[in-house]
Amino acid sequence: MAEPTSSALRRISWDARAFVMLAGMWVRVSWSYRTSFVMVTVASFVITAVDFLAILVMFSNVDRLGGFGLTDIAFLYGATSLCLGIADLVIGNIERLGQRIRTGTFDALMVRPVGVLVQVCADEFALRRVGRVAQGGLVFAWALVHVDVAWSAARVLVTVAMVVFGTLIFAGIYVLGASFQFLSSEGSEVANAFTYGGNAMTQYPLTIYPAEAVRAMTFVVPVAFVNWYPALFVLDRPDPFGLPSAFQLASPAAAVAVGLLAVVAWRGGVRRYRSTGS
Amino acid sequence: MLYVAVAVRAFRRYSTYTVATLAGAFTNSVFGIVISFVYLAVWAQSPHAGGYDAKDAVTYCWLAQAMIATVSIWAGGATDDVAARIRTGDIAVDLYRPASFLGWWLATDLGRAAYHLASRGVAPTIVGALLFHIRFPSNPLVWLLFLLSVTLGVMVSFGIRMLVACSAFWLLDHTGLLNVSTVCAMFFSGLAVPLVLFPGWTRDVVLHLPWAAYVQVPIDVWLGKSTGAELVAALGFQAAWVVVLLGACAVVLRLADRKVVLQGG
Repeated sequence: MAEPTSSALRRISWDARAFVMLAGMWVRVSWSYRTSFVMVTVASFVITAVDFLAILVMFSNVDRLGGFGLTDIAFLYGATSLCLGIADLVIGNIERLGQRIRTGTFDALMVRPVGVLVQVCADEFALRRVGRVAQGGLVFAWALVHVDVAWSAARVLVTVAMVVFGTLIFAGIYVLGASFQFLSSEGSEVANAFTYGGNAMTQYPLTIYPAEAVRAMTFVVPVAFVNWYPALFVLDRPDPFGLPSAFQLASPAAAVAVGLLAVVAWRGGVRRYRSTGS
Repeated sequence: MLYVAVAVRAFRRYSTYTVATLAGAFTNSVFGIVISFVYLAVWAQSPHAGGYDAKDAVTYCWLAQAMIATVSIWAGGATDDVAARIRTGDIAVDLYRPASFLGWWLATDLGRAAYHLASRGVAPTIVGALLFHIRFPSNPLVWLLFLLSVTLGVMVSFGIRMLVACSAFWLLDHTGLLNVSTVCAMFFSGLAVPLVLFPGWTRDVVLHLPWAAYVQVPIDVWLGKSTGAELVAALGFQAAWVVVLLGACAVVLRLADRKVVLQGG
């Protein structure tokens, strides 16, 4: 058993190195158009900040939304935006899979000695997406300072885990959405509805939605595990929908489930892929 | 007439992208649902915020989604073609056409907007009407005035987008300016949040910026918030920005025509 494990490890470390090398190359490319790079990065920061400005404008009319105050909502907003931002930065390029399939450039990736997934994500790696990460991170940092929480080791741990596993959940949804593009190369908008849409939904306390919607966000597309359940634990709130409190610590399980599904879907997609020319 | 023919062909051109249209309408609907619940929560707390009631607010949400593609808030539209043609130098052909440059492209953009209103405008509105209680004007005249207001909104948007596209004559890569313009359009049009919710004096400022003509003004016409003299003032406000912006476009184009040596000679 020792041999397959070490070969799997070697493959993962080779894939990781390949990702860093490919992404680094694209970073150098974008850095050669410095002014343009800085401008689009700032723009990505500001465009995502518009959502939060909208929340601030709403809070000039109300002091609570769905039973939560501004700092609580900033905590939820910051967490989901940071998670989506990191997932988008690292593997967001996968949404262009349909375009690659249409133009036939996907074939070239299959004959290179690097994992296809790594290449799809790292090719034309867009560092400008750190704008979104910075925006989410800034709101999250502000919320961490101002939110009314009696910090304990467990709460700090859950907060860190929230960012890690929330990112993995979004990453899994990105891969699932991309796998769907093996069936329909026009499907990227549908995938967006789950990634960006899931992000938009979880920017607010789920108490504003009907119970059925929250159940769908728990059991069907488990974006509620990105920030809602861990946040209930950190903010020390009982679940307003009366769902088991164990859910509040179940984000890792949700991430593993989405991840496994994503791996199966991606492998199935690659296996049944037939070039546009054939 | 030439410009009508141009507009009709632009309509037909955009109508061939069926899958993109359906996918876009789908995304608009998903966001419409999310934002409806957000607004319902806001108006549950503050039932008269911004002079709207909850039904007005939800109607606002769906009409704003309907406006995204129509008014080209996220950039796009005929002006993207203009910018691309400036970069490649094809624009030289357009400048020598025996038709008004601005008129030609405005007709193209209005044709596109008509298609987007009929598809990506109507589809999410139906979804919104099925899922939520939204307000429809009972007076047929209001429908006509709404269409007029949307048309003026598209023309204001065209003016701003054309100015941004023309910056490519000097900048070559106008992506940065395009991004700035998109952010302004998203926030100051009332797409991100109704402008009537802005606090204090900021509300008076944003209601007078040209972007208010994109979303807030047409929706207030639909909701019957502006009537009588206010209605005339609202449409006049849009028309005034159309005149100012298209005038600015004409000046910029004259400067470009005179000063800029197109790439490749």
